[in-house]
Amino acid sequence: MGKPLAFYEALYRDMEAARDATGIQEKVLIQVGSATCEKAAGADAVMVEFTKLIQASGRQDILLKQTGCTGRCAREPVVGVFFPGKMPVKYEEVTVPKVQTIFQEHVQNGRVVTDLMLDKRTDTLYNHVVTLCSSRSCSPDSGRTLENRLKRRLDANGVDPDTIRIFQGGCMGLCSPGAKGNQRVMMVYPAKALYHFRTDQQLDEIIQSHFVRNEILSQYLTRTDFITENFFKLYGDVAFFNKQTRLTLRNSGLIDPESLGDYVVNKGYEALARILDGKDSRAVIDEITRSGLRGRGGGGFPTGAKWKNAITYTDDPVKYVVCNADEGDPGAFMDRSALEGDPFIVIEGMTLGAYAIGARKGFVYIRAEYPLAIERLERAIRKAEDHRLLGRNIMDSGFDFEIEIRLGAGAFVCGEETALMYSIEGKRGQPRIRPPYPTQSGLWGHPTVINNVETWANVPTIILFGAEWFGRLGTEKSKGTKVFALAGKVRNTGLVEVPMGTPLREIIYDIGGGIPDDKALKAVQTGGPSGGCIPARLIDTPADFESLAAIGSIMGSGGMIILDEDDCMVATAKFFLEFTQSESCGKCVPCREGTLRMLEILERITSGEGAMEDLDKLERLGQLIRKTSLCGLGQTAPNPVLSTLQNFREEYEAHILQKRCPTHKCSRLLKYEIDPEKCVGCTLCARRCPVLCIAGKPKEAHEIDQSRCIQCGECFNACKFGAVKKN
Amino acid sequence: MTGTDVKTILHKDIVKFIRECLKKDHPDSYLIAVLHKVQGRYGWLSEPHMAEVAQLLQVPTATVSGVATFYHFFRLRPRGRFAISVCLGTACFVRGADEIVEAFRSELGIGMGETTQDGLFSLETSRCLGVCALAPVVMINEKVYSKVTAKQVPELIRQMQEG
Amino acid sequence: MKRVNLFIDETAVTVEAGTTIMEAAETLGIRIPRLCYHPDLSIEGACRVCVVEVEGSRNFIPSCATPVQEGMRIRTNSPEIRQARRDLIELIIDNHPRECQTCERDGNCELQDLSYSLGVRERLFEGKRKRHDIESSSPSVIRDAEKCILCRRCIRVCSEVQGIHNLSQLYRGFDTVVAPAFESPMNDSVCIACGQCINVCPVASFLERPSTERVWEALADPSRHVVVQIAPSIRAAIGEGFGLPVGTPATGQTITALRRLGFDVVFDTNFGADLTIVEEAHEFLGRLESGRNLPMLTSCSPGWIKFLEHFYPELIPNASSCKSPMQMLSTLTKTFYAEKTGIDPARIFMVGVMPCTAKKFEIERPEHFHPSGYPYTDAVLTTRETIWMIKAYGIDFTKLPDGEFDVPLGFSSGAGDIFGTTGGVMEAALRTAAEKLTGKPLEKLEFTEVRAVEGLREASFELAGKTLNVAVANGLNNAKILLERVKSGEKSYHLLELMACPGGCIGGGGQPYPPEGHYVLDPEVIRLRARALYDIDEAKKVRKSHENPYIQKLYQEFLGEAGGSKSHELLHTTYTPRTPRGIK
Repeated sequence: MGKPLAFYEALYRDMEAARDATGIQEKVLIQVGSATCEKAAGADAVMVEFTKLIQASGRQDILLKQTGCTGRCAREPVVGVFFPGKMPVKYEEVTVPKVQTIFQEHVQNGRVVTDLMLDKRTDTLYNHVVTLCSSRSCSPDSGRTLENRLKRRLDANGVDPDTIRIFQGGCMGLCSPGAKGNQRVMMVYPAKALYHFRTDQQLDEIIQSHFVRNEILSQYLTRTDFITENFFKLYGDVAFFNKQTRLTLRNSGLIDPESLGDYVVNKGYEALARILDGKDSRAVIDEITRSGLRGRGGGGFPTGAKWKNAITYTDDPVKYVVCNADEGDPGAFMDRSALEGDPFIVIEGMTLGAYAIGARKGFVYIRAEYPLAIERLERAIRKAEDHRLLGRNIMDSGFDFEIEIRLGAGAFVCGEETALMYSIEGKRGQPRIRPPYPTQSGLWGHPTVINNVETWANVPTIILFGAEWFGRLGTEKSKGTKVFALAGKVRNTGLVEVPMGTPLREIIYDIGGGIPDDKALKAVQTGGPSGGCIPARLIDTPADFESLAAIGSIMGSGGMIILDEDDCMVATAKFFLEFTQSESCGKCVPCREGTLRMLEILERITSGEGAMEDLDKLERLGQLIRKTSLCGLGQTAPNPVLSTLQNFREEYEAHILQKRCPTHKCSRLLKYEIDPEKCVGCTLCARRCPVLCIAGKPKEAHEIDQSRCIQCGECFNACKFGAVKKN
Repeated sequence: MTGTDVKTILHKDIVKFIRECLKKDHPDSYLIAVLHKVQGRYGWLSEPHMAEVAQLLQVPTATVSGVATFYHFFRLRPRGRFAISVCLGTACFVRGADEIVEAFRSELGIGMGETTQDGLFSLETSRCLGVCALAPVVMINEKVYSKVTAKQVPELIRQMQEG
Repeated sequence: MKRVNLFIDETAVTVEAGTTIMEAAETLGIRIPRLCYHPDLSIEGACRVCVVEVEGSRNFIPSCATPVQEGMRIRTNSPEIRQARRDLIELIIDNHPRECQTCERDGNCELQDLSYSLGVRERLFEGKRKRHDIESSSPSVIRDAEKCILCRRCIRVCSEVQGIHNLSQLYRGFDTVVAPAFESPMNDSVCIACGQCINVCPVASFLERPSTERVWEALADPSRHVVVQIAPSIRAAIGEGFGLPVGTPATGQTITALRRLGFDVVFDTNFGADLTIVEEAHEFLGRLESGRNLPMLTSCSPGWIKFLEHFYPELIPNASSCKSPMQMLSTLTKTFYAEKTGIDPARIFMVGVMPCTAKKFEIERPEHFHPSGYPYTDAVLTTRETIWMIKAYGIDFTKLPDGEFDVPLGFSSGAGDIFGTTGGVMEAALRTAAEKLTGKPLEKLEFTEVRAVEGLREASFELAGKTLNVAVANGLNNAKILLERVKSGEKSYHLLELMACPGGCIGGGGQPYPPEGHYVLDPEVIRLRARALYDIDEAKKVRKSHENPYIQKLYQEFLGEAGGSKSHELLHTTYTPRTPRGIK
């Protein structure tokens, strides 16, 4: 064992001792989410209230901790209560009064407040909870088949299946190469036992021992690797997570993002220690290359190849690594949550990358709109420096590396790598032509590797568990997992991490809980303003780089907006084009001038002034902008328009030919009419109308003068009798 | 002469920060960071302040002006005591942010990027604040209001007026 | 050098590695349309007009910015490429005023040429257009942002060649505008009025502030005695405006044309140049003796002087106090000449035909007004304006007989002629200073060591047992290099010649737009214009300023001695630090 490993082990011992000294193993743990959205939802007040109550109670055996985002954004603030040896319980939408109830009932008296539980689940009331691994790559009879088989065997063994809750889990990443294809895995909670089995006979043995005699059957226990343990910790939230596989977010929502100790005892810095301990820098690049990791920022460029490219410029001793955290897609918040939940994993990833390419300096370029993520990152960097995990002679290895944070200032285009570099250099963030690529001539002309947050966050895990293990997740060409920010018309909006290739349907329905108010799904918008709108009929498409590209969209950085039957596709396309148009840097002609012309055409169409030839112009401009723009922003700007033109052409035609918006979203095309049958002549609408275009005597049916109506909708909102109709 | 002997109009902390930057590699690369600091203290970037940044950091004034106007985060006019910023990210849009914008506009009688006569309110839109799951959101000064409806707008304004 | 083989439009071609597609195509006689591209400025790649198809590439590739690769297969023309180029130009035109017929650049506009040659015959996408007011605060340069097509050539020349960084893009996207900091008026900016932005602008977004109307008026006013002087570099460039090959000297035709326009007297700025040399040599030898304020900096170029005042006010004491040749000549016209002819100087209208836009600024400096309130120079016309006036008058320039300058202020030595090119002032000064120092006639008059064709040169001479270190710079980025060396003490120079414009006055901001086959700042154009001046010098009998008999006579009859009190009163000037302070 060399110096870095010795350094690491000492660090680990210290951190473990510090953790144990808090008595966390024996104490009641209350965890409060503390990401930006949690704070927006009122998490700070919740934290303060718990602090007060704990002090007032005088109890020393309660530990109050903050944690990052668990991804359950729609239900925030989320509070977890963990009693040693008991099922974790999570509460949703916690307010100060609810804190009082939870503290009094649950913490003080041990009675779970089931009414306030996350997703109103009562899992704790079951004796056991079983999660079956339903990875398709693992067992041929996964999913329902396996669930039914388990239920049959429980029944046959005299165990009432209703006392056990069974879930279909996502890939647990447990399949060893030898067992691949014929092994089944199940997790049993609260015992935290992870069993593998093949035959019914083996299953019977497990059932007899675990469920009948309450004894863990060690011979079928799977090597419980670290990733799996996290599944147990997240268990209180199982309905949301059961289809997820959290690698980059493995600590998010579990650890205190401001605690280096939490990170270290969760296998943090082990990967770096192993590499710095005598491994050649090439070993890192080889491992990343073999893993098949591709850039998560949108481009999908193989990360290993990028790094390898940077080291070919051997004559330049100065190199840089950059973390692109300029998450600008409207509707995407993966990077913010990740940095707020676990900044250390990104720092460790960058350090590994820097070692690999020989960089001594790194930058994190992050949006100024993310103050909490910046603050957490700053603290994390300082703590890493204090513990010699950054700075000079890291872990006694002789390797020096420092990280500096640079703030963006509100320019979407700075997510483009050359623009980002100019912005780091303090200039206007306008892209330049590539080549030369940043790996050849990047910051101040030196070779520079730029990866996004999620890509860097994958690196320590790959080094830790190996390229082969990583490669088993995902698809042939898209390895590993992908984080998506699920938003729009979906029940469980939030952050999800799933293996690449997971069908959109599973993400939307099994994890997202489907469309609220029983509306019909219309489209899925992926890739933000650079992406396309995928029509509902294609939602069995696997979410991976190739499959999404094949249907005219892109993976992008992971924004996923769900649109339902009420959404107008022309208005949606216009929304995205408005965004890119206003974010165009203005450098190249097609993007600067062309996007405005497209937008003007869309404005004409949505206000009933479009002509059919406008559709040809949209196509022509769209192709021009796509093929001749300087950077990715411009090249992809027409995508939302082109993809909706392809998949929802009839909506465009309805706007043009019938002067009608099928979803009544485009206000200029709305026609408000008063149903004389329903109108009682209350005159309210006439009084509310700002342009006084409604006429009628009291107690008689009123009428709207269409020539003067400005479609403001005041009458529609005012009418108490449902007499005003929107057409 | 980099202004060491000149009386500065910028706050001494900012001047100190700039002097620290000058000791580092690529001092001009800290321009955006300096502008963040100036806006953080004064709320916006005035021409005299920017001109002084240019002199102290030795970055051409036109470059400073070019950078300040490029990034939408930087404000080139003072804003109201209550800076209302309606998020126009996709999630907020889908959930009706445009109606909220309209409500603020008609309640306050000002357009986007404008400030009310009494200097109390200014109205702007922001890019995605990353709080999509709580859409639509409005940020007033540093505080985020989630799941806002157009109906709540008059009440929000009243609350602020009352301090 | 590594060679790369590729195919352009099915034709095999071999070029050096690092060559761009655009350059490679040119070797086959294919001129790919272009707009923002400029060979001597950094690559912008913004207009996208030069896109081509590269086999295997999904998108079109900008040929100006993309180096060739082995085995590349390129198509410079296809229906798709032609439509893309056409549409790109239309997009630019859709956001550009429809004022071609009344535009200064009508018939001489790169956008107009492209629109015609790429076949934009109808508007398919017309919509909103940007609106900006014309900004005309500067006496030299007018900025019309509404015509701007955002190619950034002006920004590039202002920063990369001149080091002024006065212009930047402000705002972004469709709202982008090119302007000085805070969109300040040019006159309140660090603009040094060199006019290179005008030279490189493909459209009419930058123009000189015209003086033609005032000159027409004076010419038509019988009460005015209208005198004109022409700068050394005019004769080497003006012919280009009339289709003469670049580098054709046209001194005699210019004089005749000016007389036909109605100028009463035609003087030569070169006389002023000779006088400058005599005064400057005297000043220099004085400083050399006292060792004070060395190196001495020349002061002929008003753009350079404005630069000094904004950017290096601490070096103002080093500048020669000599007025520029134009101002010396104007001053003498309204004093010496007026006295001699008995014409009321207030009645004299003095016009300078200059290669320079900064001269328009210079004549408005308060130092250049007679104590009674009238300016020594009333108007400055650029070469371009002069060409236009000659054309407007209907003069067939190429058929004109040669004319002669009027005396006494029209006779010059060869040393005065070469003032118009880089190193010329230095060479002329050395011809005089060397003889004064050594007391012996020079054997060889040419000092080719100081002809800074590459922008910057240093030389040392042994004269009368002393080592004289001199340096010459043109283009203010080069001037900065010298001044920084002076400030750091890295070099101890005695005399520096500094010219604002690349190549000196022959590359001035008021010179003709380049003829077909050449481009602005084209080193070949500079070389040919310089050659014309050297030829004129070599053909002269009197080639040293102090040997100009009219200069000698002027001192005897009027000025007294070089550096004397009358000289000081009339021929020397002062400088002041200017705000805003420039940032180096």
